[in-house]
Amino acid sequence: MKKLHIFLISISILALIVLFNAFYIIDERQQVIITQFGKPIGDDIKDAGLHIKIPFFQKVHYFDKRILEWDGDAKQIPTSDKRYIWLDTFSRWQIVDPLKFYETTRYEYNAHSRLDDIISGITRDVISSNILLELIRSSNREMAFTSEYSDSKLEDVIKEQIIIGRQAIADSIFALAKVKVAEYGINLIDVRIKRLNYNQEVQAKVFERMISERNKIAAKYLSEGKGDSSEILGKMQRELDQIQSEAYRKAQEIKGKADASAINIYANAYNRDPEFYEFMKTLETYEKTIDNKNTIIMTTDSDYYKFLKKME
Amino acid sequence: MKPTFQKFEDINFRQIKIPKRMITVGVIILAAIVFLVTGLYTVNPEEVGVIQRFGKYLSTTQPGLHFKIPFGVDKLTKVKVKHVFKEEFGFRTLQAGVRTKYSSQSYNQEAIMLTGDLNIADVEWIVQYRIKDPVKYLFNVRNVEETMHDVSESVVREVVGDRSVDEVIVLNRKEIADKSQVMLQEQLDIYNAGLEIVTINMQNVNPPKAVQPAFNNVNSAKQEKERIINEAWEKYNQVIPEAEGKSKRTVEEAEGYAIDRVNRANGDATRFIQMYNEYRYSKSVTRKRLYLEMMEKILPNVEKKYIIDDKQSSILPLLNLEQGGK
Repeated sequence: MKKLHIFLISISILALIVLFNAFYIIDERQQVIITQFGKPIGDDIKDAGLHIKIPFFQKVHYFDKRILEWDGDAKQIPTSDKRYIWLDTFSRWQIVDPLKFYETTRYEYNAHSRLDDIISGITRDVISSNILLELIRSSNREMAFTSEYSDSKLEDVIKEQIIIGRQAIADSIFALAKVKVAEYGINLIDVRIKRLNYNQEVQAKVFERMISERNKIAAKYLSEGKGDSSEILGKMQRELDQIQSEAYRKAQEIKGKADASAINIYANAYNRDPEFYEFMKTLETYEKTIDNKNTIIMTTDSDYYKFLKKME
Repeated sequence: MKPTFQKFEDINFRQIKIPKRMITVGVIILAAIVFLVTGLYTVNPEEVGVIQRFGKYLSTTQPGLHFKIPFGVDKLTKVKVKHVFKEEFGFRTLQAGVRTKYSSQSYNQEAIMLTGDLNIADVEWIVQYRIKDPVKYLFNVRNVEETMHDVSESVVREVVGDRSVDEVIVLNRKEIADKSQVMLQEQLDIYNAGLEIVTINMQNVNPPKAVQPAFNNVNSAKQEKERIINEAWEKYNQVIPEAEGKSKRTVEEAEGYAIDRVNRANGDATRFIQMYNEYRYSKSVTRKRLYLEMMEKILPNVEKKYIIDDKQSSILPLLNLEQGGK
């Protein structure tokens, strides 16, 4: 009686385990393939939900159904115009054929190294056959500049037209890679250029160029300032000369007129007796010019001292 | 032991008097409570709940109290659909607050980009986004945030690559942000990522660190230019009005001179004429008087007077001229 009890309990536990093993859940994010003794059985299953399999004999392999990321390492690649750039690309991909993926790659990290190999190789080829400008620009949109910069801009670079463009180059990498990865059950969704920078050496040169461009602008400002300043100071000097000379002219005219009329007045008066004028004026000047510092030497012959010598 | 056990059992059952059916019901009720408690869940106002039954998407529940089948049958994922997330590029906020601290170290690579005129700009920007479709967000793309980050870097560079460094730094910042936003949204829609880009904002957009002093030089040169010009005008404004004033003064002074001159001339002339009119009648005596008056005035002032005979031919022996007056 008791032995039967134990037996029944063991059987039901066993049955439960088997039952549990027969069910499996697929998440919305997943897709699976079923293998039996390591050999894939049937198609891949992409419907989420509860599914049944033969317990123990069949094994479930889960794969991600979502769009997955691949981000390559930045690589130093020369462009066809011999500029060394660091290029960082990324790509989105999806496992569309889990069976193929299982057979060829099995794990995501394997897929990553495949993608690394394929995309990096193609990228190198494509990039090195294009010039730098094509990688930077996407269109021939006319660029605008500040007025200060427009004088010193690099005319040749600005006028240069691109034929392919950044996105189209990325698309051509994508197109080539997409074909190659298909055999791994992978669908490539896109390849995009994330970062593109000059390498250190080129960058330093570009910095130098940018600095010299800006210095040119700064120098232009300074010389403009000095020019304007000189112009203002010149104008000032001219106006100053004009003002001063006009004032001088007016003053001289006024004085001249006055002097002329003074001459006329004096002449009218003194002409009545020039000799008397001469006498008067001379006396006046004696009075003014002879002071204690002078020494007077007079002979007894003079009009003043003549009486010292004789009365008559 | 057996009698005691028997007894204990007897007492127990006899005292509580619970029928076997009651126990069953109790167990069922207990199980129901456990079922309910583990099955109930709350969705907060800013989120929605995404329910999967055996992994398969079942429904999206709005904020409030809800029930799901527990024990791993129904799975709940809460998604913050109202929240606006922010992603930073080229810098990271270390500590947000009144005085926000930023770190731009080591995010340099994110910010450095090439412009269409082959220059380099240092661009920092933010992307604000929210989860528009929680189902797409959860099930279509792995690492949605990283994807958004990658694509954002890519599109901003693409847009900047078509523009001059001047446009990037000074002229068209807003346009660049808007264009990037449209392109980023398009790309995310291709991925079916379930994100909505709320806005892209350009933050610090600068020339690279190494070049910044040169850019600053341009600004200071601009200021210097203004300064030089202002100084010149200042000088002009100082000098010209003063000169105008001086010139007026010169003219006024000349007028004054003229009046003075003419008045003096008239005075002198009148005086002379008056004197002459009298002199005319007694020439000789007046001459003598005038002469003597003059001598009277000047001779007392003169300290050294030599009166010599007119026969004395040379006066040098008498005088030591070097000491003498002028």
